[in-house]
Amino acid sequence: MDDIRILDPADIGTLIAHLRERGYRVVGPTRRGDAIVTGEIRSVLDLPHGIGDTQVPASYRLTERKDDALFGFAAPAQSTKPVFFPANEVVWRGRRDHEQGGHFTVERDTPDASPVALLGVRSCDLRAVQIHDHVLSGRRYKDAHYTARRDGTLVIAVACGEPADTCFCASMGTGPRPAATNNETGEPAYDLLLTEVVNAEVLNTEVMNTESPDEASHHFVVEIGTDAGREIVDAIEAKAGTGRDQARAVEITDAAAARQTRHIDRKSVHDVLRVSAESPRWEDVANRCLACTNCTMVCPTCFCTTVSDASDLTGEKAERHRVWDSCFSAEFSYVHGGPTRESTKARYRQWITHKLSSWEDQFGMLGCVGCGRCITWCPAGIDITEEAAALGRMSGLGSTTSAATT
Amino acid sequence: MTTAAADAALSNNAAVTSGAQVANSADPMVPRRYAIRRVRQDTRDTFTLLLDPVDGEPLTFRAGQFTMLHAFGVGEVPISISGDPTAVQGDGGSAPLEHTIRNVGAVTRALVNAEPGTEVGVRGPFGTSWDVADATGNDVVFVTGGIGLAPLRPAILEVIAERDRYGKVLLLYGSRTPDDILYGAEMRRWADLNDVNVQMTVDNAPYGYKGKVGFVTELIARAGFQPRRSYAFVCGPGMMMLSAATALTGRGVPPERIRLSMERSMKCGIGLCGHCQLRELFICVDGPVLDFARVKPLMTVREL
Repeated sequence: MDDIRILDPADIGTLIAHLRERGYRVVGPTRRGDAIVTGEIRSVLDLPHGIGDTQVPASYRLTERKDDALFGFAAPAQSTKPVFFPANEVVWRGRRDHEQGGHFTVERDTPDASPVALLGVRSCDLRAVQIHDHVLSGRRYKDAHYTARRDGTLVIAVACGEPADTCFCASMGTGPRPAATNNETGEPAYDLLLTEVVNAEVLNTEVMNTESPDEASHHFVVEIGTDAGREIVDAIEAKAGTGRDQARAVEITDAAAARQTRHIDRKSVHDVLRVSAESPRWEDVANRCLACTNCTMVCPTCFCTTVSDASDLTGEKAERHRVWDSCFSAEFSYVHGGPTRESTKARYRQWITHKLSSWEDQFGMLGCVGCGRCITWCPAGIDITEEAAALGRMSGLGSTTSAATT
Repeated sequence: MTTAAADAALSNNAAVTSGAQVANSADPMVPRRYAIRRVRQDTRDTFTLLLDPVDGEPLTFRAGQFTMLHAFGVGEVPISISGDPTAVQGDGGSAPLEHTIRNVGAVTRALVNAEPGTEVGVRGPFGTSWDVADATGNDVVFVTGGIGLAPLRPAILEVIAERDRYGKVLLLYGSRTPDDILYGAEMRRWADLNDVNVQMTVDNAPYGYKGKVGFVTELIARAGFQPRRSYAFVCGPGMMMLSAATALTGRGVPPERIRLSMERSMKCGIGLCGHCQLRELFICVDGPVLDFARVKPLMTVREL
């Protein structure tokens, strides 16, 4: 179709070096201990080579792949959220002068200015960035640090060919292949989109029979989203591809979508939660939920924060920090007299209702991208798709086909 | 950054945060400095802070709005402005910025114990207004208790500043004990000089107390106003507002004309921190003042 390019695995190293030369801080998936996280990528060696993962409710395990895939895993343990929205950052620093009767000055903290190149961001996490752009930077009041960090971001997305058991992006309409444009803004969603073609195993026999040995080797199909993206593939002299390469890329993500077993019916879920405030299901889930806050810490769209003030022993210097917070903690809703949401059932209800219902009223979009992290990282294995389906059944408003298959 | 540079950054910030243009501020999370002119003790545990801006214009606000008040090195709390909105706009800024606060936590303790001249941080004003002018030509009923009178005071001052534009004006006020009555002398002035029908009740009274004893919501049933030609402005704890609003609708006041000031945990005041959410509402930007028709379904669900 349009302008398709092909990169070999070795070209990925060239791409990273080129981005760094251009002054980008390259951020992507990297192995840390027994997990894949989002971190700085200095060379192709920082990407996970031949590593896959197995994610099921309450379990995350890395696996060794039989091939040399660079993006052969599902959602990393942490999304790109902390890149633009760190878990803890200084909002301002202040100094008080005791001699002058409590006079103080404040100095706004300014974040690191170098633009980020997101390398290998998956469609679920890319959608989460779009959601944060709206929530944190697209309304009347903006998060100044987020807005500054997002400035000039280059996006090299990866179409996901390896969904985990916990994934349900297809049902949320957010993946596994990212839409070329942002639904709300109409702007290009990525500068470049890579689809990793690992080896002959992933291809169907018909394609196998008709292709050259070269086409069967490990490579990346590159789709161009912006002029900036085109400039980069031109600069690293990426080979030209064909419509057939793109067709294969689509085939890989179609197969990935078909392998997903979990679903949320996004047409009915807003109304299901709207009418379920007094559902007996909350008691049931509260008996399992530990209110540990894990789901909110790994969720790529959760944006709640608190502030914490720290001062030195003399009381002269103070810092105000903005830190991630969670609606699962008792302190979260505390006002003088006690927390508004005292029970775990009220807190779980707040979280899932916000994600799947009130988020739409607030921002015109759902707050869940189907990455499945809350399922994987819940120590009790609570499954948002199962809870949504149960509430759908109990309210009588849910789709009859939306039940989780586990 | 040098002090001069910090000052420059501040005055830059101050220039945009004065007035209603907070949205354009570079970073609404950074406070402006105000110096404490005086701390006035109103009751046993309630104090009014009178503040003057250290740099920049005085803050203009609408009745019902709040600010985030910061005690240096201790923390920040959302507090409704209790001063006169017309005084600040009128003569170019001699009136101090007023907040009435109860000494109930670390931040409020630091604020009320601060010496005159101490600087505090102020962000805002934030949130929605009582918009009392909507009640022009109608009766006006204020229902509140305890420190709930503080957020309503700017609205009451707006009404009595143009008293003849309104019909009957009632202030139904409840207090735990006679000693806890806030702005007692001022309420008497409103009654004597401004044709405000002030009715008070206390929860507990000492032996020999001559006034009414009972809940403020009980005053609604017998108060003299024309329900279908009235606006009501209610401020207090959630259960008190729900019962007051229910009593008002019971007498025939339309729910859209009953306005409540909602209280939730708030850390930012600008719809970013997520703490104050009440289902789809961010109380800090969609509220704190909301009409009863909008919030009734949300007030009747426990722990929402």
